[in-house]
Formats: sequence, C-alpha cells, structure tokens
Amino acid sequence: MTTFIDIAALEDIPRQGARVVKTPAGCIAIFRTADDQLFALEDRCPHKGGPLSEGIVHGTSVTCPLHGWVFDMTTGQAQGADEGAVRTFPMRHEGGRVLLDSDFMARRSAA
Amino acid sequence: MIARQRLVVIGAGMASGRMLEQLFQAGFDGEVTLFNAEPRGNYNRLMLSPVLSGEKTYEQIVTHDADWYAAHGVDCRFGEAVVKIEREDRVVYSNAGGVPYDALVIATGSAPFMIPVSGRDLPGVVTYRDLEDTNAMIAASAPGSKAVVIGGGLLGLEAAAAMAARGAEVTVIHLMGHLMERQLDPAAGYLLQKDLEARGIRIHCKGATKAILGNGKVEAVLLEDGTIYDADLVCMAVGIRPETRLANDAHLEVGRGITVDDQLRTSDPAIFALGECVEHDDQLFGLVAPLYDQAKVLAATLMGQDAAFQPVQTATKLKVTGVDLFSAGNFADAPGREDIVFRDPGRGVYKRLILEGERLIGAVLYGDTADGSWFFDLIKQGRDVSDMRDTLIFGPAFAGGVTANPLAAVAALPPEAEICGCNGVCKGKIITAIEGGATTLDAVRSATKASASCGTCTGLVEQVMALTLGDGFTANANPPMCKCTDHTHEDVRRLIKSMGLKSIPAVMQELGWKTVGGCASCRPALNYYLIADWPTEYTDDRQSRLVNERNHGNIQKDGTYSVVPRMWGGVTSPAELRAIADAADRYNVPMVKVTGGQRIDLLGVKKEDLPAIWSDLNAAGMVSGHAYAKGLRTVKTCVGTEFCRFGTQDSTGLGIKLEKLLWGSWTPAKVKLGVSGCPRNCAEATCKDIGVVCVDSGYEISVAGAAGMDVKETEFLCKAATEAEVMEIIAAFTQLYRENARYLHRIYKWVAKVGLDWCRAQVEDPATRRALHDRFLISQSVYQTDPWAEHAATPAEWAPIADLTLRAAE
Repeated sequence: MTTFIDIAALEDIPRQGARVVKTPAGCIAIFRTADDQLFALEDRCPHKGGPLSEGIVHGTSVTCPLHGWVFDMTTGQAQGADEGAVRTFPMRHEGGRVLLDSDFMARRSAA
Repeated sequence: MIARQRLVVIGAGMASGRMLEQLFQAGFDGEVTLFNAEPRGNYNRLMLSPVLSGEKTYEQIVTHDADWYAAHGVDCRFGEAVVKIEREDRVVYSNAGGVPYDALVIATGSAPFMIPVSGRDLPGVVTYRDLEDTNAMIAASAPGSKAVVIGGGLLGLEAAAAMAARGAEVTVIHLMGHLMERQLDPAAGYLLQKDLEARGIRIHCKGATKAILGNGKVEAVLLEDGTIYDADLVCMAVGIRPETRLANDAHLEVGRGITVDDQLRTSDPAIFALGECVEHDDQLFGLVAPLYDQAKVLAATLMGQDAAFQPVQTATKLKVTGVDLFSAGNFADAPGREDIVFRDPGRGVYKRLILEGERLIGAVLYGDTADGSWFFDLIKQGRDVSDMRDTLIFGPAFAGGVTANPLAAVAALPPEAEICGCNGVCKGKIITAIEGGATTLDAVRSATKASASCGTCTGLVEQVMALTLGDGFTANANPPMCKCTDHTHEDVRRLIKSMGLKSIPAVMQELGWKTVGGCASCRPALNYYLIADWPTEYTDDRQSRLVNERNHGNIQKDGTYSVVPRMWGGVTSPAELRAIADAADRYNVPMVKVTGGQRIDLLGVKKEDLPAIWSDLNAAGMVSGHAYAKGLRTVKTCVGTEFCRFGTQDSTGLGIKLEKLLWGSWTPAKVKLGVSGCPRNCAEATCKDIGVVCVDSGYEISVAGAAGMDVKETEFLCKAATEAEVMEIIAAFTQLYRENARYLHRIYKWVAKVGLDWCRAQVEDPATRRALHDRFLISQSVYQTDPWAEHAATPAEWAPIADLTLRAAE
C-alpha cells in the first residue's frame, strides 16, 4: 500500500518555485507551477549536481541554476541536446496539504 | 517715355515674397502694389511651429520688414483684402478702391480645410495657418490645459508637439492607421507615434471625428467610436485647399487650383498665379521647394525671359525638435519595386529605400536622417545605383567602398578549429550538424551547444552557417530575445513602455509569447525591464530571478553561497573586521578571501545559514554588498588627498559618496566603479564600467571600460568641476543605461551599440541630465534597501521544508 507523508502546506511553496525535503535518499525538490501543479524531483542535476530547487520554473519545466540544463518535470528527462534524467517521485496535494509518497524511502532502504 | 510697368500682387506669402526678391534682383523697375489680407508682410510661415513652441518669436521669422518694402518702393496694402478683379479694364479692387495693372500675380495661397462636423464654429476651434491661429494656440496652451488636434499630418503634429512643449495636454486624432501616411510608411509612422507619445502626446489613430461638443465654447471632441476627449482648444489640421475664390469670380480657368502653364500664366495672359493656390499639370503644391521654383520662373517670365516650371521631387522633414524624420519620393508598395530596409530598434532607427529597377525612387528615414539629402539627390538624378546597391543603405560613407569578404577568415579555419570555447565545439561538428538539417541558429545550438552558453561566438557560428548554407542562410543580426518570442530585446523594452505593460503576464500576453511562463532566459530579463521602467508600480518577481539574486549570494559549484558585506569605498574598521571574523568562526566558513573589489568574501556558506549570518553582520552595521547582482557592485578607490602625497582630490570620500548614492540599484548587468585620486590611477578606474580620475582642476569621468571576457579601456565621457556634479552625471548616466540597455549587456557593450556621442549628448543637456537623475532617485527610493535585513527576518523559508532523515531513522 502506498503511504503518503504530509510534508507541508501548499502555500509554503512559492508559485513558480520550490522547497527542499531532506530524506535519507538525498534531497527532493518539491516544485509548484504557476497553476498549482506539484512535482517532486531529485534535487540534483545529473550534469554537475546543481540544486534544481533553485532553478527558474517555467511551465512544467525547470532550468538548472548552474549550467542551464532544462528538465521536463513531468518525466524528469533533460530537454534539448542534453542527455540525462532525474528521478521523479509521486506526490499529491489534498485539502491544502502537500503529500509525498513514502515508498521511495522503503525501496531505498531495501536496496 | 515708356510708362513703367504696373505689377499688382495679391497675397504676401512665401512664394510671392521670393518672386519679388528675384524680380528686384533682376533689375525690375516697374511699380509694385502688394495686397495682403493679413495685416502684415511676408514672414516664414514654415517657422510658425517654433514660434508656437516658444523656440522663436514672430520677429525672428519675419522675412521682409517694412524697410525692405520701402527700399524697393513696394506699395503695401496690408490688411486690405482684394474683393474683385476686373479683367476687362485690368483693375484690382479692394474696399478702399481700385488699382490698375499691366500684370497681375495671384498668390492667395491656401485655406485650411474644415471638416463639416457640428460644433466646428464654436469659439476655441482654430486652424493652423497664420500668426493669428498661432497666437490663439499659444494663449490656449497654458500648462494643464487640454488641446485636441484633429489631423496627424505634418502640420497637425507640429502644432501638437509645439503645444505639448508649452505644457498643454495634447491629443491627436488621426483618421488613418498611422501618422503622416502621405510621407511615412507604417513602420516609420509607428516610431514617430512612440516618440510623440514619449513626450506625453496622446495619439488616437483610426479616429473619425463625429462632433465638436461645447456650450458657447469648445469643451470636448466626440469620435465615431464613442470616445470623448476634453478640450479647451481644438486645432483642425486635416488639410488645405487652394484659395481660388477671386480667380473663380473672375472666371479664370480653375480646377482644384488656379490652372497655370509652364510660365505660371493663367487662362488670362495678363494674369499669373503661383504658390499653393495653383494647379500645374494636374498637380497641387504644398511644400516650399517647388513654390520657390515657381517664384524663380515667374520672375523670369515677368522680366521677359524664357523660363519653364518643371516640378521636381520634394522631400519632407518634420519640424519637431528632437524628431528626426525624412521622406522623399515614392514609397508605396507596387509590383516591380523592391525595398532595402535597415532597422536598429535599440536606437529607434529605421531606414527604407525603395528601388524600381536599378533606380532609387523613394526613401523613408527615421531616427537618423543624416544621409537624407544624398538619397534625395540619387532620387532626383534617377541614376543607376546597381553598382552600390549592397551598401546603399549605409549612405555615402560606404558608397563604392571595398567589399571585403568577411567570411574569408572563417572559411580558412580547419574543421578541428574550436569555435565555441565554453562547450568545446569545433567547426567540423557545427558543419556536420548543419548538414544534418540544423539550419537555424537555435537548431545548431540545440544540436551542438555551440554559442549556447556565453554567446560571444554567435557571430562565428553564424558565419560557419553562412559558409555551409550559402544563400540559404540569412544571419539574424538582432535575434529574438529567446525561443519564446519573435521580438528582440529592444522591441520588448520599447513595447513595455509604449503599451504600458506592467507585469510579466501582461508582457507575455500582449506580445504573444509562444510558451507558457517563458523560460530561464526571458523571465529575468522581463523582470528587470519592468523594475527599471515602472519602479513604483511593478513589484519585483522573486521567482523570475536567477538564483544568485533570489538568494542574495553567489551560488558555488557545491550549492553553497558566498557572503560579501558592503565596505563603502573599500574602507573598513576593526569592529567590522571583528564581526566578519566572528561570523566566519560561528558558521564554519571554509574560506575567507579578499575580493578584487576591495572587500571580504565569506565562501561556502550553507543556504540555511544565510539568514543568521546576515543577521549577525547586520547587527555590526553592515549590509549586503550585492556581490551577486546585476546591479551596483563596488566603488574601488585609492586613498586620495587624505593620505597620498600625489592625490589631487578626496577620491576615497567621493567613492564612498558614489557607492552610497548608487547601491541597491538594479542594472542590466553588473556595474563596477573606480575613483582614482590622480592620473597614476591606483584604483584602476579606467577599466571599470564607470571611472573617475581626479585631477587638479576637477574630475574626469570615463565610461565603458571592461576587464573580464573582454578587456577595454574606458572612453572619456566628460569633465566635472565639483563632487556634486560628478554624482549627478554618474546617476544620470547609470539611469540612461538602466532605461536603454539590453539585459545582460555590460555598459561597454551597450555604449558600442548606441554610441558614446549619444550618451554624452543626453548627460550634457542639463534638462535631460536632471530628468534622468531624478528618475534614478525615484527608483532608488524603492530599491535602495538591504535585502539581508529583509530576509533575515524569515529564516524558516531558507531551510528545508521538511526533514525526513530523522523520521527514517526512527
């Protein structure tokens, strides 16, 4: 069964911005788009490890603050000429609260 | 003895005035009687606009004064309107009586056309034709009064600009889609509209006047679309028509104007006509050049010499101070015609040449009309321009110049030559990508990453493309801002101002952005443009800031930040140094380094520690040094007269004052200053964005230096006598840069585009300088705040939102 963990209130995350959740599996960036869609991505660019949570959010994409790689947040895939991907995590928001799937931690510890 | 020839002239305007001059020069010894309905002699009607705007007085535009008429024995009947011409007896009658003539010249000019709407007879409705009209407009255009000009042609716009210069609130209503449609094409008309709007003149194109409203005097103008503009004065400037009533009454042949032949003779051999009242070869005349030609021909005819009038091409210039436009010849689109167009939206320059076959037939210039007369000559000569067509638009300076092949150097490069240093892309790889189908710069960037980082190799990449694709490639000298839009940075900046766009969504909507929410390239640029243009109305969008400015520190490769407190002019104190040392200890700062800008950098601070370290430094009296900002960074100084035996002025003190004036301001790219106390230049002021070198007699200000990717010495801007003057000039220059440059262009790049002469003209004009300086201070009233103090108050926002490491450990 999927267990969702209550992370924060929706308004704690700025529109077109992100906040970071520290987990045993590394930092996860929780993004909120201009139209209140939420995405959870590994907060580490595969290129040079840049914190994606500090990137500019445009549409459903985010641009890495260090060297400008662009990721589609719906898939985690790098766009354009760059090749690479970041992990994405299931999440949802309910009643103004942001919930993150906790299974990834279990999977991580099992691994 | 032969009786002296009796010449009667009706109308003392510019055409007849010139005719009389020519006649007397040629030795005419007849009797001249000159009637004029206006109670004065000949003045330069073209100069009424400067009189209206207050730049000239009536006395300065009088062409012929009473002495001149007396000296030539002219019998002046000013203020005496002619009522009848008796052709049988050859007598002209005014209400005062008759004057016989051997030759009669009709020069009655033209009358303003009044559109037949209700209310046109109300007091306060004027035309723009003579000194009386001008004086009525001067009286009505007190500051705060409202004037409506109907007609956006040459005359209407001159009237509008002149009344606006006197402080009136002016609206121009124009029936057509763009201003001056007879002289300008839509693009130039648009630039003109923006320039006039920038002077506070409201322009309403496609506006049809329905009625002039008012009770006993004019109060408003109603348009067909329902718009109402309040008005204390309405100036009707929709056109002129030849004044032909006298000729009609005398049963002379009259079409639209009085019909004349090549000798300016009417259907009656003893009667001649010239000026705006005539029609020659189905053509009417409104501009002064052909009228002067007519005057010359008629003078010769009256002297019994052979002469024939041949209308020539005319050119137009608008007499509004600061508006530079020129048009000549024919510029309508037609089959077989080709255009050469040059645009520099950043400078507001537009040039269009119209060719038919191998000949230049028209030219429209806006913003830079220096080559107007050269083009005009080519149009008049009708000469074959095919040999210089490639460089024609750049004017005579380039005509027939050597056509060096700019591609030769790139063509000679071997395939392994590196083109893009940032991404390590060689020429061969670019060529492979182009041959693989990447035919646009963006496509090449996507495929190879060449020129996708710092962009300085864009020109080289384009040359490789030009070589590979041949004619299939046209370099876009001024490419769009980013993939989200087709507009250039310059276009977007202008449209933000002219359309009054005050939010990022408004810009994206109104300018047709192709993406949702833009991208990491355009959003910071738009955010900056809006901050710079609407300092008191727009609210900074933190989420459109690049990381360094959002987090007020330079992000390092490991995701930590640097913290640099401001040290005014590079001066610090033991107390400040202790506080910095304490902070470095407390937050385990891995490296403490002295920067090139005379301050101290604490490197490797974790994001969540930023609010606390800022708070500690704030408590010691220090604020953010903005070492991360597209804004004012540092003002580097030497010790100057305070300690140095060579110092000529207090360079340290001036540097501190400049830093206190400028800090906190956002600019298109970083701005660094230097102030040296003597020409030995220990503060290295001459490679800064703005540098001041103190000398015995004052301060030498130079700008546009660089010591980064490019290295460049500053260029001399101007000299100032006092510190106060230095501060005003530098604030004004900074504001000029803030208002005009493209985002991420350092001052040296911007100056290279707009020209140092232009910058100097702006800051040397006292009124412009003061206005720029004042706008800078308005912006500073909002933005000169310490971001550290603001963000130190909300430390929770800088920490992770949740920490699941503890939970997992349980």
